[in-house]
Amino acid sequence: MKILVAVKRVVDYNVKVRAKADGTGADTANAKMSINPFCEIAVEEAVRLKEKGVATEIVAISIGAKQSQEQIRTALALGADRGILVETDTDLEPLAVAKCLKAIVDKETPDLVILGKQSIDGDNNQTGQMLGALAGMPQGTFASEVNVAEGKVKVTREIDGGLQTVALNLPAIVTTDLRLNEPRYASLPNIMKAKKKPLETVTPADLGVDTATRVKLLKVAPPAERQAGIKVADVAELVEKLKNEAKVI
Amino acid sequence: MDTPLLNDSDLHFLLYEFLDTEALLARPRYCEHSREVFDATLNTAKTIAEKYFANHNAKGDAHEPQFDGEKVSLIPETQAAWNAFAEAGFLAAHHDFDDGGLQMPEVILRTAMAYFTAANIATAGYGFLTIGAANLIHTFGSPEQKARFLPAMLDGRASGTMALTEPGQGSALADIKTSATPADDGSYRIRGNKMYISGGDHSLTENIIHLVLAKIAGAPAGAGGISLFIVPKFLVNDDGTLGARNDVALAGLLHKMGFRNTTSTVLNFGERDGAIGYLVGEPHQGLRYMFQMMNEARIGVGAGAAILGYQGFNYSLNYARQRPQGRLPSSRDATSPQVNIIEHADVRRLLLSQKAYAEGGLALCLYASSLVEDARTGATETARTNAFTLLDLITPVVKSWPSKYGLKANDNAIQVLGGAGYIREYPVEQYFRDNRLNPIHEGTEGIQGLDLLGRKVPQKNMAGYQLLRAAINATLDDARPFDSAHALAQTLATHLHAFDQTTQQLMARLAQTPDATLANATVYLDVFGRVLVSWLWLKQAVIASRQLDQHRTDLPDVEINFYRGKLQAARYYIEWELPEIMPQLALLDGANSRCFDMQDAWF
Repeated sequence: MKILVAVKRVVDYNVKVRAKADGTGADTANAKMSINPFCEIAVEEAVRLKEKGVATEIVAISIGAKQSQEQIRTALALGADRGILVETDTDLEPLAVAKCLKAIVDKETPDLVILGKQSIDGDNNQTGQMLGALAGMPQGTFASEVNVAEGKVKVTREIDGGLQTVALNLPAIVTTDLRLNEPRYASLPNIMKAKKKPLETVTPADLGVDTATRVKLLKVAPPAERQAGIKVADVAELVEKLKNEAKVI
Repeated sequence: MDTPLLNDSDLHFLLYEFLDTEALLARPRYCEHSREVFDATLNTAKTIAEKYFANHNAKGDAHEPQFDGEKVSLIPETQAAWNAFAEAGFLAAHHDFDDGGLQMPEVILRTAMAYFTAANIATAGYGFLTIGAANLIHTFGSPEQKARFLPAMLDGRASGTMALTEPGQGSALADIKTSATPADDGSYRIRGNKMYISGGDHSLTENIIHLVLAKIAGAPAGAGGISLFIVPKFLVNDDGTLGARNDVALAGLLHKMGFRNTTSTVLNFGERDGAIGYLVGEPHQGLRYMFQMMNEARIGVGAGAAILGYQGFNYSLNYARQRPQGRLPSSRDATSPQVNIIEHADVRRLLLSQKAYAEGGLALCLYASSLVEDARTGATETARTNAFTLLDLITPVVKSWPSKYGLKANDNAIQVLGGAGYIREYPVEQYFRDNRLNPIHEGTEGIQGLDLLGRKVPQKNMAGYQLLRAAINATLDDARPFDSAHALAQTLATHLHAFDQTTQQLMARLAQTPDATLANATVYLDVFGRVLVSWLWLKQAVIASRQLDQHRTDLPDVEINFYRGKLQAARYYIEWELPEIMPQLALLDGANSRCFDMQDAWF
């Protein structure tokens, strides 16, 4: 069984990102970049499936600038077998990302595609679902447990009311939630081995994908700063302020 | 409030701007490597350090190792940390591909170790000792000894120690009492007591390989009669499996001020029939061999001290940015909001001095690691010899300067926190206690002074000293195009002139009046350290000035601020701390003998 895993290069989760002064975006110049944490969980799940003997090959895909190779190398060091970089300097929206992935799914015909449920930069939570629609594959999103057996994948999903388990026919799409697993670190021998694993580069044009943006970014602004607290005289004043000033009740 | 481990931007700067680590990729040994591999290695080190080491730094201090008469127990997190460290491959990383290693450069390994040390210096101690012991066996052991002991030390089944000190002998090893008697099978029987042996017993590994200094009967007196032995806790069979328990007994654990999760032990060798030991190399050459491990350990001790200084700096900096207290002297409005203490000039002084000590100390240790690397893999014979000579000269300073000033940095971190710094609810007092070991072990500060002035400076007709001076002069030239760095270079040049003169004088006196001249060796050590670190700060200032001159408009604010910070720390060190050598030089020049002349009875 072949698994496709998507990994996105994002600003490291430890970096405190600030809005640019002119409001055109976030200032990420020279910030440390890493694999999106949800994607790292996706890689880990694929590697565990391979270790269990369920999967035979793991292909890691990243879509982005040339430097996204680093994140593919990380995935290879964690246990993926080969990588595909869809190289583009445009910041792609989820739909374009899903279309690129769809083109690769057509070519690679995986049994399972595992993605993070969202990336910590865009926080869109759309790519997996869009890919499901485009590829006509069933999807199990926000997975906290994944079991593959008898041609199906059972996915336990974290939903508002609790946990929901769905059984999907393969090939299927799984998007990962935080509690699915705890990713391993890349051991030094595996970092060296990753260097020798194949990494192919294609472009969105090669895949026939139109990357035109459909969403217009108006402005990026920092959240309002927290105001200093005040003391109220009694409960009545508190209720009054909550009602009329904070407008929360 | 979590303390960040070191500072990724600074490590990046030190590795790739201050040192030219990428140039190593051109050396045949590292052709399989790449910048990506280096960075991924450091990333793994940081991940493991954050997850498996930092989690029990305070707990290991509060719950020190226990010995119930049978077994030593450590808090369980220590085992998880050891396993992660070994499984990731850090014990073997720098060894040859053929020996199961990854041929990782020394400076990358040292930087990786910096993360573990920053997270938990006591737990990192086990890995540190094991790597050193394995290196020694690798260099001087016979092929048979290597095959028997190294595999387990490289994959984490066995750990290592260096067993030099005895209850009666510490700094002066020439008089050790531990004896080695030849046995019929070619091995030796070791008898004696060793004390302050770090990692001498614990339950982390199935075996412990002690490297023991002992004297074979009839050996010449003094240091030239000391031999080195491999003494395993359990004998190792030909197939690598464990054999009988060797006659090495734990007499007890010592209870330390800091560094507590590294066991400190008293070991009895040969209480019954004699512990089986295997001679390493030639008889009577043991101290020479052990110096390889000691010199490596000395760089490690310096780095550990700088790193603890770094962690205290990180913590107190965050604290000062968040702790409101008082107003500036110019503010007369009692109703105005209080300022964070980082606004107060004296707090900034405490922070800036910490920055100068911590970053300066780390720069010094990574520079020394680059010399270790060049001495092994430099392109030409001359490059290798020069690197070795220079490293040999500065090793006492690499060990002692960070040990003194990293500790002072921790002292200043406590001062920034005030009352909070003095209580165990905050981490800085532990950094101070942990760091207090560093001026003591691997040769005390006094010993380093004697080594520097009595041996390292004069040796080979001052060849090391000349190399260092040439390197400093090159940086003075590099500083010329940049106004800010050039001003610092001029200050350094003035002090260098005085330093050179004093050094020449001391060399002249050394042969005639060795006792009186060496009496002030610790003062000379401090002077030397201040000069050396001023040079390394000037080097950093030159890089920062160049970046600020050439890229002032296109660098992001964070980088501009980073380079300005480097420049300011260089200014602080060279303008505030370097000039303190002048009164010290006056003491040395005048052969001031107040301490030397003080009589026992007058106390």
